[in-house]
Amino acid sequence: MNTNKSIRVDLQVIADLIEPGSRVLDVGCGDGQLLEYLVEEKNVHGRGLEISQEGVNQCVAKGLSVVQGDAEEDLGYYPDDAFDFVILSQTLQATHHPNQIVQDLLRLGKRAIVSFPNFGHWRVRSYLFFNGRMPVNKTLPYQWYNSPNMHFCTIKDFIHMCDEMNVTIERSIALDASGQAHRVRTNLFFANLLGEQAVFLIHKN
Amino acid sequence: MSTDQTVHINPYSDDFPTKRAILGKDMPMRLDCGVELSSFPIAYQTYGTLNEDKSNAILITHALTGDQFAADTNPVTGKPGWWTTMIGPGKPIDTDRYFIIASNVLGGCMGSAGPAAINPETGKVWGLDFPVITISDMVRAQALLMDELGIEKLFSVIGGSMGGMQALEWAAAYPERVFSCCPIASSSYHRAQNIAFYEVGRQAIMADPDWCMGRYHEEGKRPRSGLGVARMAAHITYMSEAALTQKFGRRLQDREAVTFGFEADFQIESYLRYQGSTFVERFDANSYLYVTRAMDYFDLAKTHGNGKLAKAFQGTDIRFCVVSFSSDWHYLPEDSREIVRGLTGAAADVSYVDVVSDKGHDAFLLEEPEFTNVLGGFLEGSARRRGLISQ
Repeated sequence: MNTNKSIRVDLQVIADLIEPGSRVLDVGCGDGQLLEYLVEEKNVHGRGLEISQEGVNQCVAKGLSVVQGDAEEDLGYYPDDAFDFVILSQTLQATHHPNQIVQDLLRLGKRAIVSFPNFGHWRVRSYLFFNGRMPVNKTLPYQWYNSPNMHFCTIKDFIHMCDEMNVTIERSIALDASGQAHRVRTNLFFANLLGEQAVFLIHKN
Repeated sequence: MSTDQTVHINPYSDDFPTKRAILGKDMPMRLDCGVELSSFPIAYQTYGTLNEDKSNAILITHALTGDQFAADTNPVTGKPGWWTTMIGPGKPIDTDRYFIIASNVLGGCMGSAGPAAINPETGKVWGLDFPVITISDMVRAQALLMDELGIEKLFSVIGGSMGGMQALEWAAAYPERVFSCCPIASSSYHRAQNIAFYEVGRQAIMADPDWCMGRYHEEGKRPRSGLGVARMAAHITYMSEAALTQKFGRRLQDREAVTFGFEADFQIESYLRYQGSTFVERFDANSYLYVTRAMDYFDLAKTHGNGKLAKAFQGTDIRFCVVSFSSDWHYLPEDSREIVRGLTGAAADVSYVDVVSDKGHDAFLLEEPEFTNVLGGFLEGSARRRGLISQ
């Protein structure tokens, strides 16, 4: 098996937050890129949940433990505290009830890692401001009518939701357009403006 | 249906080419119905080589009408084994890497103890005197066979349909003896619809005058039409409507127009009659009664989990790979999802794939590239974890 694999920069940020040997559930694991990395490089006990048939087949054919299912329906079947980390990568904005999903993640995992595209990024703001239309770019490639994304939020919005849900934010990282990581806490205003994507490590209070 | 008496090779004759183990010699095996069986035969075949630490053994569990000839020529039919698509050198169940055991179930009719075998106490064919057996009993006998072969822990138990039930039973009854488990196109219990279809089959057999209240062996008869009808009815449930339409549609059999009679005008009729008539040459009618009964009685959650499937798998370390086929209406993808939910509830290591296929229940026996990839990948991943392949 390959070692020292390189993965997408936002996935690398997530992977760096995971302790070796821990029990990990990757919700919406896609073709299993992150999960495979975690199993091989961090020796985790990795599981995945993925809605697309193609993604699941690819994962299982790679030897990963992945179940075909829908996060919004199937997370309820997992027992409490079954995992050390539950990952929700680039999926929150495509769920019907993001707050309920976050609640579920923290029920079945001791900690959760949530990443999402930041709708507060300056390009998004200026696109909307100057064009008067919903932003379409490389991180948000869909038209408003065919987008799977139904609940966009900004970094500030996510922090606000965590406060309301009494959820503790352990780490918060903003990734700018060049893939550079910035600590959100250092300057929330700039993080929310310059961060194209955000990664949060959270746990129950 | 064929009425000619063809030469029947008796799987219970001493020269029948299969391996046989006599089990329950020291201690009788107690069945769920309370009866004890001692010194009973289980017929089996093996493929590949057992490694030194005996960690590469895979048990293949067969479906209702399957047998131990999974990957070599069946001496009764002369046809290739029923799972040569999966088992062989370089195939997902790789005979170069694994030691594969396929045994004929308890209650079967290919050399294992069952209603077609000789009752040692009377010297006559058991017939209906054979005790009613369950899926748990079949698995108990397989566990004794593993003892006999010196295999403490199976690398995997893999089976489709009723074979999947046995795989699940293994996982629930002997969790410490199984490393990985693949129930394919299977279910953790029989729904009313499953029981209903098999009851039609049993009634067809018992309504045949040649069944002779189960004593047809002594009367020198065989309930061919009854067993044939049973097979025809069941066979319909193994195929999807789409496959039937594609394969047969309303096409006529070797004729230009309907005959205004009850001949097999349609190709589908001819096909089903053929399926029925060939089946009776290789399968025992009483065995069909017993094995279908065992499936009807199967309810894993009830037996092992007090009604809760998750409880049946509590604390399990086994890696599972559950596979269903989208057009299967014999055991629905929903049946597999129920298994997956139970395993998820037990925080088990589980993979689940619903293979898109129009081939219905029988898809697991046919060439399905997605299925082959999934099973191969799962076994390879498991082999890495088990240390059978270097990391």
